Amino acid sequence: MKIIVCLKQTFDTEAKIQLTDDGKISDEGVSLIINPYDEFAVEEALKIKENMGGEVVVVSIGKERAQEAIRQALAMGADRGILITDEALEGGDEYTTATVLAKVIGNMEYDLILCGNKAIDDQSSQVAVRLAEKLGLPQINVVTKLEVSDGKVVGHREIEGGSEIIEAPLPAVVTAQKGLNEPRYPSMKGIMQARKKELKKLSLQDIGLEPSAVGASGAKVKVLEYSLPAPRKAGKIIEGEPAEAARELVRLLREEAKVI
Amino acid sequence: MARGIWVFAEQRNGELKKVVFELLSEGRKIADQLGQELWAILLGKEVKGLVEKLAPYGADKVLVADDEKLEKYSTGTYTKVISDLIREHQPFAFFLGNTAMGKDLAPRVAERVGTGLSSDCTGIELVDGNLHFVRPIYAGKAFAKTVCPEARPVMATIRPNVFPVSEPDAARQAEVVEVPVQVGMEDLKAIVKEVVKQASGRVELTEADIIVSGGRGMKGPENFKILEELADVLGAAVGASRAAVDAGWREHQYQVGQTGKTVSPSLYIACGISGAIQHLAGMSSSKVIVAINKDPEANIFKVADYGIVGDLFEIVPLLTEEFKKLLA
Repeated sequence: MKIIVCLKQTFDTEAKIQLTDDGKISDEGVSLIINPYDEFAVEEALKIKENMGGEVVVVSIGKERAQEAIRQALAMGADRGILITDEALEGGDEYTTATVLAKVIGNMEYDLILCGNKAIDDQSSQVAVRLAEKLGLPQINVVTKLEVSDGKVVGHREIEGGSEIIEAPLPAVVTAQKGLNEPRYPSMKGIMQARKKELKKLSLQDIGLEPSAVGASGAKVKVLEYSLPAPRKAGKIIEGEPAEAARELVRLLREEAKVI
Repeated sequence: MARGIWVFAEQRNGELKKVVFELLSEGRKIADQLGQELWAILLGKEVKGLVEKLAPYGADKVLVADDEKLEKYSTGTYTKVISDLIREHQPFAFFLGNTAMGKDLAPRVAERVGTGLSSDCTGIELVDGNLHFVRPIYAGKAFAKTVCPEARPVMATIRPNVFPVSEPDAARQAEVVEVPVQVGMEDLKAIVKEVVKQASGRVELTEADIIVSGGRGMKGPENFKILEELADVLGAAVGASRAAVDAGWREHQYQVGQTGKTVSPSLYIACGISGAIQHLAGMSSSKVIVAINKDPEANIFKVADYGIVGDLFEIVPLLTEEFKKLLA
């Protein structure tokens, strides 16, 4: 099995978001992690490889420091990594991101492509699906259970109030949801080995895409501005004995907040 | 020229999603401002009867693709039918609910027809003839305002529970157009083998109007029973913080937060939840937040509209009794 995992480096979940002076999202002082959903994808790929043999290749688009995230996946056990990094990619959207990934992955050998079902930063849950469409592959989205056998994949996909069991022929794109597995920590041995594993860096020129096709100039959707939510104000603390406080709360929800 | 506002009339088992009525209500306003028509797009098997439920909320026309091959949702068949319709009619905008189906379908359709998509939007504004969308990012820790300046249709998935449903007008009629369904084997690569329903029968978190949520302060899985009892009285969904999920007390699909679900209920009752930033991100767009926690310093009190400092094991059952009396 040749498995490709698409991975994005994101802000830590505990990160506080601030804007720069020119209104962009500031990354100053923010610690970075592998997008948690992509980490489930890495773990699943490793488990499949352990069962069936093969190779796990991690592909990422990002700045230079996204190498750290790829190295971590290599330390977990992935075989090699590819980072596509280029200033011309700035300001892109899900369409341009999928364009770049499809260009690179389209030239690779694969049986299965695993991705997180969404990134916790932009939260758009689009890139994997767009990639599947560009490569002409079926998709099983938001899976909490996956069985891979020769030639096909069966995924349990989360829907409102239940799940769907979907079968697709390989190659296919599968996106991981929390609950699929517990990602392993890299071992010391893994970390040592990761240093020697191949991590290839590619520029736009290397992959044969024009700058006009990607980044802000290729994007279908543009961001006009970023803003922060108005801080919620602390409300009323209801004092008194428990029974009294409960009664008062119910009254306030009915009469003041009018939500009951 | 691209014309018309389209809404995806998502149904499962012959039942329309609540978000469909929200999309029609909002879509009607935009269509009126633009002097354009509002169309609903309905796919499924034996779903024609649903048309009369769509018309009162403002649909001028309903395109119905009724075919046994569309009985169960599948990405391939639904994408094919909808993309063909978009190419034929060239709508200006197309809205879908940000549901499991909408999230699976919308990016595929957008990619096939070569357009952009703004996901999980909570605001729409018409500015100089184009649509601007507001979308929470970082689970609501920030917002991005997006526009799709050139590609058409302008596509967006809209978060459920954000737009109000307008008063239905029973006198409104919609023109019904039956759409021939042309799907082939190439559209059926991924097949739905089975749909498994959960037994709980409780309203889904992302659609719930009221959510009762528990965190580390619940101390164990068995104690969620008291939240279930409160939720039963209120017709609420039961959520959990990451701490409670990671401890194995609740399944991950009930997690509210940045690595769980982002929710926008009218009322969010947080019990034994300290208010970690990743949890607050997922629920801070709730209209009213209630916090019950022993620790008066807990972060949750900084965002709560009403708070009770105290023992949830004492207070929650008392609340249940009070609501019972009120709602009896």
